Amino acid sequence: MSYQFQNDSPIYAQIVDRFKRDIARGALLPGERVTPVRELALTLGVSLNTLQRALTDLEREGLLYTERTAGRFVTTDRSQADILRRALSERTAQTYVEALRDMNFTDGDILALTQRTLEPHTNKKEEDTP
Amino acid sequence: MNPILQVRQVNKRYGKVAALSGVSFDVAPGRIVGLLGPNGSGKTTLIKIICGLTSDYEGVVVIGDNPPGLAAKREIAYLPDRESLPDWLKVKDVLRYFADFYDDFDIARAAEMLVSLKVDAEKRVKALSKGMKEKLQLALVMCRRPKLYILDEPIAGVDPAARDLIMRTILQNFHEGASILLSTHIISDVEALFDDVIFLKDGEIALAGPAEDIRAREGKSIDQLFREVFAC
Repeated sequence: MSYQFQNDSPIYAQIVDRFKRDIARGALLPGERVTPVRELALTLGVSLNTLQRALTDLEREGLLYTERTAGRFVTTDRSQADILRRALSERTAQTYVEALRDMNFTDGDILALTQRTLEPHTNKKEEDTP
Repeated sequence: MNPILQVRQVNKRYGKVAALSGVSFDVAPGRIVGLLGPNGSGKTTLIKIICGLTSDYEGVVVIGDNPPGLAAKREIAYLPDRESLPDWLKVKDVLRYFADFYDDFDIARAAEMLVSLKVDAEKRVKALSKGMKEKLQLALVMCRRPKLYILDEPIAGVDPAARDLIMRTILQNFHEGASILLSTHIISDVEALFDDVIFLKDGEIALAGPAEDIRAREGKSIDQLFREVFAC
């Protein structure tokens, strides 16, 4: 029972989010077969009903589809992953900005901070390829 | 779908002490139901009534279409909260012994489970550690094909690693469409497994319903809620 769930929201919704994140970052590829329900329920440490509910939601949103005998697959529509990726990035950025604004940083401060945080990586890259 | 188990207005007294008061709930097919409460809240009393081990109670209990008793016992696989094994036998002979008792006893599956639980089938029961005996008892229950598994404190008194193994064994082996009524006072590691929960407090139901609904409504985990409801 390796996966830690948050306390304050339904577990099926957290499973839906996890699938969306995995599709967005390419951990689940278009057309890839999803682990069979019973096995996945064991891995996540959740009941079959909870998992089933999450998978039904994902199917309704067109992110997964079932083939009668072969099992369940990630949508082959690649644009879905891009849409999810964009939505996730926007949400992450929003959280980041809101947290800093909450600490009374101006937008200028936030930009400068972002720049400073990014710079070590840029410098490192330059060192790697002299 | 008709419930597998119906409990209606069950009262039980031990002398002047009320052990259960007005307990009512259903267990629907295919659900994992957590019967949650601290020691002494009435969990084992309730389970004994359902399993037909206590007949002195008021109220109605129906398992499938039957009251507790011989016919109902075919529908139930029961893991008691205490050890009850023929300890003079070897483990492999215990399997044969139980296979004679229960029509639905799958001896091959039981043997498989013992391998994965690392219980030595050649040993005598009395030579097994407490933890090993508990695992043997679990295998004897989970290899059957009833409509309802009733597991009384299967994860009490084992370390967290063994807890995982036990829960995994339960989930891997419970028969599709069957329900599980599992009593426990340890919730944190297992709450995601429950479809429904019943909080039993001083013999009364303090809270009951689908676990996801309760989490969404209260904005907290079943474990947190349990600590609040049963705060001393």
